[in-house]
Amino acid sequence: MPSLPDVMTPDAAQLAQAAGGEGRAPLETGSPEHDLFTGLTRLGDTTLILGHRVSEWCGLAPVLEEDIALANMALDLIGQTQLWLGLAGEVEGRGRDADALAFRRDGWEFHNLLLVERPNGDFGRTLMRQFLFDAYHLPLLKALEGSTNPRIAEIAAKAGKEVAYHVERSADLVIRLGDGTDESHARMQSSLDALWGYTGEAFIGDAVDARLGEAGVMPAPESLRSDWDRTVNAVLAEATLERPASDFAHKGGKQGRHSEHLGHLLTSMQWLQRSYPDATW
Amino acid sequence: MKPAVEQVWQWLGEVPDPEIPVISLTDLGVIRDVAYEGDTLVVTVTPTYSGCPATAVINLDIENKLRDNGVTDLRLSRQLSPPWSSDWINPAAREALKDYGIAPPIDGTAADGVLAGRIARLGGAGNLVVACPRCGSNHTEKISQFGSTPCKAAYQCRDCLEPFDYFKCI
Repeated sequence: MPSLPDVMTPDAAQLAQAAGGEGRAPLETGSPEHDLFTGLTRLGDTTLILGHRVSEWCGLAPVLEEDIALANMALDLIGQTQLWLGLAGEVEGRGRDADALAFRRDGWEFHNLLLVERPNGDFGRTLMRQFLFDAYHLPLLKALEGSTNPRIAEIAAKAGKEVAYHVERSADLVIRLGDGTDESHARMQSSLDALWGYTGEAFIGDAVDARLGEAGVMPAPESLRSDWDRTVNAVLAEATLERPASDFAHKGGKQGRHSEHLGHLLTSMQWLQRSYPDATW
Repeated sequence: MKPAVEQVWQWLGEVPDPEIPVISLTDLGVIRDVAYEGDTLVVTVTPTYSGCPATAVINLDIENKLRDNGVTDLRLSRQLSPPWSSDWINPAAREALKDYGIAPPIDGTAADGVLAGRIARLGGAGNLVVACPRCGSNHTEKISQFGSTPCKAAYQCRDCLEPFDYFKCI
C-alpha cells in the first residue's frame, strides 16, 4: 500500500480513500451502506479517540490504582473500537480493517463527538469528561441492543456490560471530588463549565441519523437525552455541583469538522503506522 | 486425523488461562462450541472483555494444543452473542481462584449502571461484601473498580491487610 499523500495535495481526501480501496468504488453518499458505515465510524471513532485520550494518563495518574483503572477503561474502549471499526470496514467492503481505519484516515474523516477529543486537563477534568460521556454511552448501547442489525446488537450487548462499570466508577469519582474539598469542588465545577458546551452534540441528529433511526438500525440521538439528563442531574446534585444553564452546543465532530485538538492527538496516535506502514513485531 | 469432540473438549480443559493459570479455558467458560464442519474442526470462542489482551493468547494456545495433538484441519470462530458472563465460571474453578488469592465473582451483582442504587450505596447502604481470599474476613474495602485487569476490581482486607483482586461479576 502506498503511503498517504501530504495534506496539502489538492485531492488528498480522494487519494486517501483510494489508497485503501482495492480498486472498488467508494460507497455512494446517502446509500444505506454509506449511512451504516458513517454511523459505525461515529461509534468507533468516539470510543477510539476517548480510549486514546484516557490512555494518555498511563504512568501519570495521581495514584497507582487510578492509573491502572484508567488504563483498563481505555482498554475496554479500544476493544469496543476494534468491534465497531472492524464492522465498519466490512460494511465498506474495500479491504480496510479496524487498524486501517484508525491509523490511516485524516482528521476530516473522523466522526467522533467533539467532547471526547477535549484535552485531559487535570485528573478531575478527565473524570468529568468520562462521566458526561458514560452517562450518554450506556443508554446509547442499551438502545443499540435493540438494533434491527444483529451485528450491531451483539456488539452493543457486549460493550454495555463493560460500560455499566465505567459509569459507576466515573459517577462515584465525580461525586467524591465534587463533594470533596474546596479545591476539588472548584476544579470539578470549572471542569463541568468548560466541558458543558460539548455535551449537546450527542443529542443532535442529522440526515444520516434520521435515516438510520427510521430503519431501526441506531436510535435517534434526540431520544437519548432524557436518560442522560436524569443521570447527570442526579449525580451533579449529589456532587454539589451546579448544572450550567446554557444549552449552547458545539457541533461538527460527527460530520468531520473538528477542533485543533484532534489533529494533535492523531499525530501522536498515528505516527508509527504512518511512518512505517504495515510494520509488525 | 479426526478426534472425537469429547476428546477435544478434554484437551481444551487442559489449556490454562494465560492470566490466571490455575483455571482452564473450559473452566472460564470461553469455549462456546466444538464441532465439525465436514472435516474441519471448528472451535467457537467468546472473548471475556472486548479489549482483553489475553484473547489473542487464548486463541494461540488453543491452536497449539490441538495441533500438538495432531489436529491439522482447524478453524477458530469468534462468537460475541450471548456475551460472556462470569456466571459461566464453574464451581471448582471458583475454589481454585480463591486458593490463588482472587476473590471469585458473587453472582447476581453485575453493574447495571442504574445510579440511584449506586448513589444510595455511596452513603454506605447495601455495599457488596467481598470476603478476603486469604483470611476469610468480610471486613474488606474496595480500592478501585478496576484492578490488575479490566475483569477484576482491587480490594484490601481491613483485618489481615492483604490487598487482593476481586473477579467482577459481568
